[in-house]
Amino acid sequence: MARHTGARDVAIAGIGATPYYKRGETAGQSITRLAGEAILAACADAGLSATEIDGLAFYSLARAGYGDQMEAGELVETLGIRELTFTAALTGGGGGSAGAIGLARAAIVAGDASVVVTVMALQQRMRLGTVVASKAATPLGSFVQPAGLAGPGHLMSLLTRRHMHAYGTTRDAFAEVAISTRQNALNRPKARYREPLTREQYFGARVIADPLCLYDFCLESEGAVAIVTTSLERARDLRQPPVPVVAAAHGGTREWGRGFSWFGMPDDETFASSGHQAVAGWLYRRAGVTPRDIDVALIYDHFTPMVVMQLEDYGFCAKGDGGPFVLSGAIRYTPERKPGSIPVNPHGGQLSEAYVIGATHIAEGVEQLRGTAVNQVAGAELALVTGGPAALPTSGLILGRDR
Amino acid sequence: MSSTPGGGAKVAAALPAEAVKISVDPSTEPFWQAARERRLVAPRCADCGTFRLPPTPFCWRCQSAAVDWTELSGRASVYTYTVVDGYPGLPGITLVPVVVDLPDAPGARLVSNVVGVDPADVSIGTELTVDFHPISDGWLLPVFRVFRVAGQPAQERRA
Repeated sequence: MARHTGARDVAIAGIGATPYYKRGETAGQSITRLAGEAILAACADAGLSATEIDGLAFYSLARAGYGDQMEAGELVETLGIRELTFTAALTGGGGGSAGAIGLARAAIVAGDASVVVTVMALQQRMRLGTVVASKAATPLGSFVQPAGLAGPGHLMSLLTRRHMHAYGTTRDAFAEVAISTRQNALNRPKARYREPLTREQYFGARVIADPLCLYDFCLESEGAVAIVTTSLERARDLRQPPVPVVAAAHGGTREWGRGFSWFGMPDDETFASSGHQAVAGWLYRRAGVTPRDIDVALIYDHFTPMVVMQLEDYGFCAKGDGGPFVLSGAIRYTPERKPGSIPVNPHGGQLSEAYVIGATHIAEGVEQLRGTAVNQVAGAELALVTGGPAALPTSGLILGRDR
Repeated sequence: MSSTPGGGAKVAAALPAEAVKISVDPSTEPFWQAARERRLVAPRCADCGTFRLPPTPFCWRCQSAAVDWTELSGRASVYTYTVVDGYPGLPGITLVPVVVDLPDAPGARLVSNVVGVDPADVSIGTELTVDFHPISDGWLLPVFRVFRVAGQPAQERRA
């Protein structure tokens, strides 16, 4: 029992979120308003004043979704932050979501900041997949976009097809991810979708980029989520039980690189993958644990097949066995974890609760380890949180329980 | 652009010229200039011989910036593909975006379209040959057709 291995020098002390909205509902609000509301909620949860924030650790280059930007200066101005001693972002996109907590940790361990906020705010001002035709691609994008690969789902359908070809994976596996995730959202007050999803609905849905259909895509939602990280010592004096950072990792390898913006991954093992293998290895090594020690997995679910591939890359099953693994019922939420199973996204994920570019997964990991989750895994000691399968960095995070 | 001429089987197309705008930089421009002459080329490291696509400033294997632009036969095979019905502003179009292996540029892949074929006739391993399709600003886009020996059905390499 590797209960108290890993870093455990910093902890998540607070989480906060706006309501989750459907596309267009927050059009009248600014990004700073949405992000600020989540930050204030996270500070209240921690029992801290927002004026005590001294660090910002963003991901996705501090972009808010696709076209907008979060601005440190605006947040300082309106939240009354007295001194900002650290403000930085991981490069890339949603791949860095879980890793941003590692960036917060780096600031705290280095002594550069003491109360560090990670925040993501998302509005759907533009629809991914409808803007491509109107403007010239970048020089590198000119080698992908002309084929009519209009959005990320189109790109990932190409990885999915290869996974089906190499390993015999079927659409039933993707249906199981969509249906089981929906099942977890039914009793969640904030979830965007609270009606069961049937196999008939799944297989009757519009195919968008064969083999991916409507229900393989995550939601187009709006909202913001914020996370407050501080030293474990300080977190122990705050309002909530601290949730220690056991390990964090981000990055990737040359063989993955830009992943599904590149398509040069040399073999099936990397091409038909989530690009997370290297990060998974670093993460488990830093944490001193194995996949068997993980009690609940918050897996970035922008597209159902990428959940299957992450389960392989994080070692919950062998490479290529992700389809049979999910079809065995192994990712279904049950209050008592069954041997050989791993409850995945008991919060309903991005497929059914809300899509805020990975931030809801971090918040759910914290709730699971506080023991306050809506769909609580009994006695959870370790939670895995993953960032998006994306151009590197991909990232991962293991959270634990204090003492 | 109709993808179901005569109301028969679907036929995969490429996006119409006005829907595709590319941009170039010094690393990529020779690829597009060659395509404009209906030649498929790939950058090969002049020092270690490693192919790379898309063209980037340095060889990933030896970091050299020296490149030999090598003309390829135009033969390719399907590594993976998808089928997309409709595109923003083009609801009737059927596209078969494809990632291809290039037998004479090992290790390099191209993302393109298979055109002029019923999508049901495309599978992983299907042998292809290059063609060129007009896009905006006078450029030509390399696309692929199923390779057929005269008088024989499409060849397939079962992986």
